Amino acid sequence: MLLIECPWCGKRHETEFRYGGEAHIARPEKPEDLSDSEWANFLFMRTNTKGVFAERWYHANGCRQWFNALRHTVSHEFIGVYKMGEKPPVSVQGSEDR
Amino acid sequence: MTKYSIFSIARNAFSHHKNWPRQWRSPEPQKEYDVIIVGGGGHGLATAYYLAKEHGITNIAVLEKGWLGGGNTARNTTIVRSNYLWDESAAIYEKSLQLWEGLSQDINYNVMLSQRGVMNLAHSLGDVREGVRRVNANRLNGVDAEWLDTDGVKEFCPIINVSKDARHPVLGATLQRRGGVARHDSVAWGYARAADMRGVDIIQNCEVTGITRDGGKVTGVETTRGFIGAKKVGLVAAGHSSVLASMADVRLPIDSHPLQALVSEPIKPVIDCVVMSGAVHVYVSQSDKGELVMGAGIDSFNSYGQRGSFHVIEHQLGACLELFPIFSRVRMMRSWGGIVDTCPDASPLVTKTPVEGLYVNAGWGTGGFKATPASGWCFAHTLARDEPHPLNAPFNLDRFTTGALIDEHGAAGVAH
Ligand SMILES: Cc1cc2nc3c(=O)[nH]c(=O)nc-3n(C[C@H](O)[C@H](O)[C@H](O)COP(=O)(O)OP(=O)(O)OC[C@H]3O[C@@H](n4cnc5c(N)ncnc54)[C@H](O)[C@@H]3O)c2cc1C
Ligand SMILES: [Zn+2]
Repeated sequence: MLLIECPWCGKRHETEFRYGGEAHIARPEKPEDLSDSEWANFLFMRTNTKGVFAERWYHANGCRQWFNALRHTVSHEFIGVYKMGEKPPVSVQGSEDR
Repeated sequence: MTKYSIFSIARNAFSHHKNWPRQWRSPEPQKEYDVIIVGGGGHGLATAYYLAKEHGITNIAVLEKGWLGGGNTARNTTIVRSNYLWDESAAIYEKSLQLWEGLSQDINYNVMLSQRGVMNLAHSLGDVREGVRRVNANRLNGVDAEWLDTDGVKEFCPIINVSKDARHPVLGATLQRRGGVARHDSVAWGYARAADMRGVDIIQNCEVTGITRDGGKVTGVETTRGFIGAKKVGLVAAGHSSVLASMADVRLPIDSHPLQALVSEPIKPVIDCVVMSGAVHVYVSQSDKGELVMGAGIDSFNSYGQRGSFHVIEHQLGACLELFPIFSRVRMMRSWGGIVDTCPDASPLVTKTPVEGLYVNAGWGTGGFKATPASGWCFAHTLARDEPHPLNAPFNLDRFTTGALIDEHGAAGVAH
């Protein structure tokens, strides 16, 4: 069971949260200009990092806020949490805006 | 290599079974191969076997970072069936089941296929409609399928609680009688031995760390045992598919998640079929040793850690006890996790890639054990001919661009 630190509520059990997958997948600015392969990249292709991964969590059974986290996908250790719209606290592979 | 038979058992009895030859060689890697398969799980080994058997290509190496079948092949709950909804899936999984039915003879290795019947329970009106629809779709595709009502379920598996006021009332079930279970280790070892006998080099403790290219064409792989040249490279790495594909700058529509399973202490025979319930995240069968083998749903988060959270098991066992109150005092012996490679449409990729000479077989997620024979068979065809077989042509990477997805969440979902 993961112990997850919500930026608003502090440390809570994983069962209070929903997972939101990879973070920083920016919505296309001009959807009407996108080619099919750009759509495929936005909708389906994923970084799926082995190592420090930037991801989204939703505190569903708490404050009901979304936030970002950096977590190692082998050790499951949380390196840090930060609010939506913010840059990751440490620059890591797979966490940059694309 | 000796052929396994009753005579070889008798012959070896004279030497007290101490002189059985090794099942496969452990060769040093050569400088170059026609084909390198990355990943020594069931799918990779089956690919090598069918490349040799069906296509006469034997200058092959299978590179495995750990030991054979130490990945999902040996971590799964071994359910084998072919009752998928869509035509494309029914075709490839049914091909697989047919290969299973002759596999022990074909590779001269007992894979202990036990066609004891697989039941998929329905707990709501929606489940019932979906189940009946699937039975009809299966029959149209020549896949054996039956619909059982509540009494039929009780008759097929008497220990299920079908009481009307159960938390998860049983309103019926789909049944595939040809479905069942097989022995996971035997599948890896049997394919390994059969491939080795045809000249395939199986190289364990050899992790691929890079994929080298020249002008967009694959030239070989960097490994922990040095560079090995190859004309073609097939990636068959299940949970690690994204990591390997990224070595050649190929992006995949895959997320890796833990999937957990557990077994109980051995008990007397109590359940002689496989029972699955996608809706409440339970599936159960009993091993030859008497252990109840059970699986859960995936953990929500991405992971390569081969373990998951306890609440997933708790949730699964809660539903399990509601369906099988008789298990309430059985003790669980151990639990473990594997890393499954999930695709957005719950269907696999058996495909060429934008890189010449690089092929990917991945995305089997929570349900690829049953597909091992057909996956290897189709992937061998794709590698040998540089074009897919009609059976795996729909399972290409391009479908995420064209939109021709094969949505098997209903038939695959939590179920395996
Ligand atoms: C708990 C659990 C229950 C399941 N239950 C079922 C079920 O009931 N029925 C069903 O049909 N399916 C089931 N599955 C799914 C099934 O196990 C898989 O789809 C299938 O076994 C995948 O086979 P594979 O050979 O592709 O993968 P694996 O056996 O995982 O083989 C991949 C291999 O690649 C190796 N590898 C990875 N990276 C590298 C590298 N860089 N260099 C060299 N080698 C590398 C790994 O070490 C591994 O041995 C289950 C899975 C799990 C985890
Ligand atoms: Zn909160």
